[in-house]
Amino acid sequence: MLAKKKNNQTGEALGSDSTEALLRRERKANSAWAKLRRNKTAMVGLVIVLVMIFLAVFAPLLCTYDPNKIDIANMYLKPGQGGHIFGTDEVGRDLFARCLYGARVSLIVAFGGTVVAGIIGVLLGLIAGYCGGVVDSVIMRIMDGMLAFPYILMAIILMTVLGSGMFNVILAIGIGNVPSFARVIRGEVHIIKNEEYCNASRAIGVSRVRMMFTHILPNTVSPLIVYATLGIAGAIISEAALSFLGLGISTPTASWGSILRSGKEVLNTSPHLAFISGGFILVTVLGFNLFGDGLRDVLDPKMKQ
Amino acid sequence: MLKTVLKRILQCIPTVFIVVTFTFILTRMIPGNPAATILGPQASAADIEAMEIKLGLDKPIWQQFVNYILDILHGDFGTSYMYNQPVLRLIAERIPKTLQLTVTSLVIAVILGVAIGMFSALHQYSILDYLFMILALIGVSMPVFWLGLMVVKVFAVDLGWFPATGRGGPELLDMIRHMVLPCLCLATIPMATFARITRSSMLETINSDSIKALRARGIKERSVIMKHAFKNALPPIVTVLGLQIASCFTGAILTENIFAWPGMGTLIVNAITNRDYMLIQGTVLFFAIVFVLVNLVVDLVYMLINPKVSYEGGSK
Repeated sequence: MLAKKKNNQTGEALGSDSTEALLRRERKANSAWAKLRRNKTAMVGLVIVLVMIFLAVFAPLLCTYDPNKIDIANMYLKPGQGGHIFGTDEVGRDLFARCLYGARVSLIVAFGGTVVAGIIGVLLGLIAGYCGGVVDSVIMRIMDGMLAFPYILMAIILMTVLGSGMFNVILAIGIGNVPSFARVIRGEVHIIKNEEYCNASRAIGVSRVRMMFTHILPNTVSPLIVYATLGIAGAIISEAALSFLGLGISTPTASWGSILRSGKEVLNTSPHLAFISGGFILVTVLGFNLFGDGLRDVLDPKMKQ
Repeated sequence: MLKTVLKRILQCIPTVFIVVTFTFILTRMIPGNPAATILGPQASAADIEAMEIKLGLDKPIWQQFVNYILDILHGDFGTSYMYNQPVLRLIAERIPKTLQLTVTSLVIAVILGVAIGMFSALHQYSILDYLFMILALIGVSMPVFWLGLMVVKVFAVDLGWFPATGRGGPELLDMIRHMVLPCLCLATIPMATFARITRSSMLETINSDSIKALRARGIKERSVIMKHAFKNALPPIVTVLGLQIASCFTGAILTENIFAWPGMGTLIVNAITNRDYMLIQGTVLFFAIVFVLVNLVVDLVYMLINPKVSYEGGSK
């Protein structure tokens, strides 16, 4: 506020033209994107995330080997041997190619799971928060009940019920994450629904559904984006954990978790399998965490943790 | 105060009921026939039918549900076919072993994590602060099972300092040697989380007016930090502690499987891979109820250290 006044004063002293220019510059500097760009950790995170997405999207162009081509003559090559940058796995498949194609599966599952959780969770949170009373109690008690299951346990059981496969992993991770989304959104809705503009809309007779979707929902977007970004990080780990236990993505499809699982068997002789696939998970999760933290600082300064 | 405490305790009842119901639905949804699983592939159709009657699977689903609830109320969690023992006894056997790991890890994590967080907050923007926070950030992003594998590779396989599997014993020293790696693994993520939350919470209180006022009154810096600032910084740390107790049990499921630690985690995964329905039902239910209780205790402690918190209709 003070800074703004100061800017205005100096602007006046320099003439009206520069006042406008200054204001424009200030507006630009205060935009979410500009703030984000000034946030170094967030930018590091964003770069990591973009690089991973780039590797996943352009995997066919970047790899010289087929990720599923078995080559018994070249099993367990160390990184760098025989033209394989990351070496080869237990049946001679190129690890670099498998990690890149694995990025596709892991990222799709993480994004997909978060989207599923987001859609269901937001709807439930919106309804619970806006309607209040019995509806709220019923929905939130069910969410509490779901949250009472250790998350990975919930996902393990859902995978046992659904059977393995990429779509089911998305579903299991999605369902497991619904309660936390519902909680966050419900909390937001509780605050927003008593704001002046909401009271005003109600007073002029805006319908409930319209209230929820055109007035309240758009105002929950900031925490939602932050939460979803951090949620993707968690979903990547969940996918890997499920595949690691043999319940998620199963061979021959490559995902970071399934490569890690096969790396576990040969830890003594070929540690590079586990090290590299886990390294991909760590770096990507780190990227999403950094980016999510930065987004939170920019979009939602009130929110903590 | 007493009223809010009672209200919070009563709130657990519907949650526990929902948990019990969920467990029932989920275990019924697992594909396969429990009777056929118990009898093995050679069983005849008549044998399977007899077993179904014995297990009560021939009755309508609502009656099965009622029986299941009645059994639980009587403390009967069924019998595991894999171990041929009552589920409750198996759980009772395993729980101390899991607690041994999780409690040790959490204690280490809290002590070290809070100490690091305090240090970082008091030396903000120093080189060590940056180093600790970067390490903490990597720590919270680390998949616990990957860390487990790397730790096994380095400390058990290459260096041979500690054993990689089993629980060891009965001598104390041997048991401690077996605990080092799993605990290292389980403690890392909570420790990083504690360091981060302690740092941010401490920074906030150190810069608050009440602390400035204390300093202005000339109270010793040591007492300002340890007595006043730390106390005010506690509530978020307790919240995180509650969350970490929960996720530590989750971590134990994965960690125990890597280190072949004979606790609840290996029991649960064994039960699932062998389709031991009664054991799945019992262990899952047990985990969930422990979770509900942990949350309850955390909320009560939270009320105690932060009297401002009020509970209205279950919202925080």
